Amino acid sequence: MEMAVDKTQFHVLAVDDSLIDRKLIERLLKTSSFQVTAVDSGIKALEFLGLNDDDDDEDEQRDSNSESISSDEDQDHQDLGVNLIITDYCMPGMTGYDLLKKIKKSSCFKDIPVVIMSSENIPSRINRCLEDGAEEFFLKPVRLSDVNKLRPHLMKGRSKDIDFPDRTRSGCLISTGN
Amino acid sequence: MSQMAIAALKTQHRNLVQTMFDEGMLDNQFNQLQDLQDSSNPNFVDEVITLFCNDAERIITELTRHLSYQNVDFSKLDSYVHQLKGSSSSIGAHRLKLACVNLRQASDGWNKEECVEAFYSIRREYCHLRTKFQVMMQIQRRIVSLENNQQ
Repeated sequence: MEMAVDKTQFHVLAVDDSLIDRKLIERLLKTSSFQVTAVDSGIKALEFLGLNDDDDDEDEQRDSNSESISSDEDQDHQDLGVNLIITDYCMPGMTGYDLLKKIKKSSCFKDIPVVIMSSENIPSRINRCLEDGAEEFFLKPVRLSDVNKLRPHLMKGRSKDIDFPDRTRSGCLISTGN
Repeated sequence: MSQMAIAALKTQHRNLVQTMFDEGMLDNQFNQLQDLQDSSNPNFVDEVITLFCNDAERIITELTRHLSYQNVDFSKLDSYVHQLKGSSSSIGAHRLKLACVNLRQASDGWNKEECVEAFYSIRREYCHLRTKFQVMMQIQRRIVSLENNQQ
């Protein structure tokens, strides 16, 4: 059982087609007291968020339908509790960049910070990702020092959150000391 | 008595890892993995090594197959090597990673002979690494088993 520090636990969605890298990023994130969901593709990431691949242009329309579970759209998506997405760049099918674009185009999820990871140090790639909305770009292998850079982005996002009192928080658990 | 055995095994483990560093088989990324292992995740390194070896062997099998064809699909080759390079890098397998870089370069040059040579290097490096990893895991598992018996 992970001991959380005396603050809310953030939920990170990690996307990487490499099993080893998924295991690594999961361990890195959990060591830093993040809650983690790890998926192996951009499609699965979108599925997890509840955002269908071809729906992003229809988001506006979908939102106004009465299909959603709760009447408060933002509430509905916040309940998933994904506070940050960290994704590999090079993946078969949908790249991390494609995923970034889809997230940023989505009215529901565009405010979730997205971080891109890549094993290749290509400045034009890095710049493009940052220009198109990625908060950070990490070169692989990702280290604990990289993961430590995530918290400020999450804190920034947190202040924009709508308050949802019925969601369980990890609350005030004793820190083992980091 | 098992305290001494544990201490001796830990020394053995440390020395083995150090040798692998000295020979360039491992780099600092392996340290990062070790740092992520703790009492709540005592088998982390073991698990990562196991995943890595299974994955590497899968890729090496594919590379063998693709290089056996008369007409080599260099882009497929590149894709597999990219994966192996990535996991080598993630586990800290330094020399194996470099061998992958060589194969990628040969593949970019569409030179089958060079690719075959580079592939042999990869296979050699992987075999050496696997042997050392197997010893390492054996030692580590004995340590864990002795430590568990103590409780």
